Amino acid sequence: MNISCKRATELMSQEQDRDLTFGEWTALKTHLAICRGCRAVSGHFKTLRRALRLLSEK
Amino acid sequence: MNPDFRAQVEALRPYLMRYASLQLRNREAAEDAVQETLLAALSAEGRFEGRSNLRTWITGILKHKCIDAVRRASRESPLPGEDAESAAADFDALFDEREHWREHPRPWEDPDGALHQKQFLQALEACLAGMPARTAQVFMLREHAGLDTDEICKELAITSTHCWVLLYRARMALRLCLEKTWFAK
Repeated sequence: MNISCKRATELMSQEQDRDLTFGEWTALKTHLAICRGCRAVSGHFKTLRRALRLLSEK
Repeated sequence: MNPDFRAQVEALRPYLMRYASLQLRNREAAEDAVQETLLAALSAEGRFEGRSNLRTWITGILKHKCIDAVRRASRESPLPGEDAESAAADFDALFDEREHWREHPRPWEDPDGALHQKQFLQALEACLAGMPARTAQVFMLREHAGLDTDEICKELAITSTHCWVLLYRARMALRLCLEKTWFAK
């Protein structure tokens, strides 16, 4: 089942806070495989996390 | 008390002030939290015993003081309803009626390079300062203090679902803000 980009962004965010269910995880990975925009956002979220870590160490 | 220990603890004050200011977004509250932390650290010298890094140990104390402060603040003056905040952070405009991107986001150019630049972190701080209070507090407890969502929910008496929604809004808002103020350059 294909999920929407909006749903994918929600799952990418939640992936940073909890374990996704197997269904959610599969749906997200399937979506990312075909969606450039969401892959970009996935990178943005990862950069944000690293940036906040850096900020807390300064 | 060992005067060396006192001096080492005092030397951490600027770092702790910065940490607490980012976390609490209020100078007075940050000063209080740091003061309480320094007192707690000085009175617990025996428990520290050089077992770990001093800064890590004291930052651990400060985290809890910050949580206390956030909890107190949310009890004393409840923040504007979630609806007000959700209206301000509406990302629906990004998506079409099928909830797909109207305009595809693009990868950020050289994020590693950005992370090494002081100005990038300043841009990030400016974006953080522009976020709604509750959203920012939860996001900072999660990403800056590194607490897990269960802990945040318990301390602030909110549901995990609510917590995830706030974290989602924070991340979406920050990526848009940085895109405007930094990566567009």
